[in-house]
Amino acid sequence: MLNSDPTPTVDDTLFIGGQHYQSRLLVGTGKYKDLYQAKQAIDASGAEIITMAVRRTNIGQHQNEANLLEILSPKDYTYLPNTAGCYSAEEAIRTCRLARELLDGHNLVKLEVLGDEKTLFPDVVQTLKAAETLIRDGFQVMVYTNDDPVVAKHLEEIGCVAVMPLAAPIGSGLGIRNPYNIATIVENASVPVLVDAGVGTASDAAVAMELGCDGLLMQTAIAGAQNPVLMASAMKKAVEAGREAFVAGRIPRKRYASASSPIDGTFF
Amino acid sequence: MNIQLNGKLKNIDPHLTAAQLLASLDLTGQRIAMEVNQEIVPRSQHDTHLFNENDKVEIVRAIGGG
Repeated sequence: MLNSDPTPTVDDTLFIGGQHYQSRLLVGTGKYKDLYQAKQAIDASGAEIITMAVRRTNIGQHQNEANLLEILSPKDYTYLPNTAGCYSAEEAIRTCRLARELLDGHNLVKLEVLGDEKTLFPDVVQTLKAAETLIRDGFQVMVYTNDDPVVAKHLEEIGCVAVMPLAAPIGSGLGIRNPYNIATIVENASVPVLVDAGVGTASDAAVAMELGCDGLLMQTAIAGAQNPVLMASAMKKAVEAGREAFVAGRIPRKRYASASSPIDGTFF
Repeated sequence: MNIQLNGKLKNIDPHLTAAQLLASLDLTGQRIAMEVNQEIVPRSQHDTHLFNENDKVEIVRAIGGG
């Protein structure tokens, strides 16, 4: 008799900062038409961890505008406040402290310190400096960094709970530009490695997962798609497929063919 | 007395508490965080916190971002 569920179930969760997550896809909450579309897309993506930004309140205007934390309640999602737009360690540290106050002591943050407006590449020196202070201050730091295995290891050693190399510049959709470096970072790491930035479409997400990444964080590839909700669903499947393929273990690449049907028993 | 509120000059009564400032801005009960001169003023201190001349006050909220 056929097994009714032939898919082997593996206890394969993402473990970050002391919490288990079923989904390996982390998504942003910005760039959508409105917060209702954001919620639809996020729910289609299956993401449990979602990012947010910290900005000044618009004093005296738009007070009735829908609030992110009301539409997407912190009771239903794990928030990952980011330090997007910060170009120094000091700015990033202030942003994280404000985020912690906003979220009643929640201390998981995405640290990104940018070094250049054109490429949005990280400023690694400032990032390391900010990470050290934040970790001393009790934050659990998921850190955006370059696809540099040496820097990734340093960030892990100083206590970051996850290392998140870019695959290509933020919002570029160029895909996994340096798969060998991403694979090296994964091989060296003993904390989760998540590709953060650069994914353009579902196959890019699958490639990152097949390289052994523990997860992916994306925003523009979903929110910027013609149909963000459908793309969110595609990304969910790609991340799951890529992960299963990685765990299953792919065949080695060979230059020449290897027949799929047996040679024994041929009658010609 | 003048303070800098979210980058703009604002004249306030020197006896105004942080909670009263938030109330005057219709922000009572909203999910916000306050920083004065780059130091957090925790929610638990809003009722008692008083400002000083030229304080740099930032009131922030969560918004969508990647």
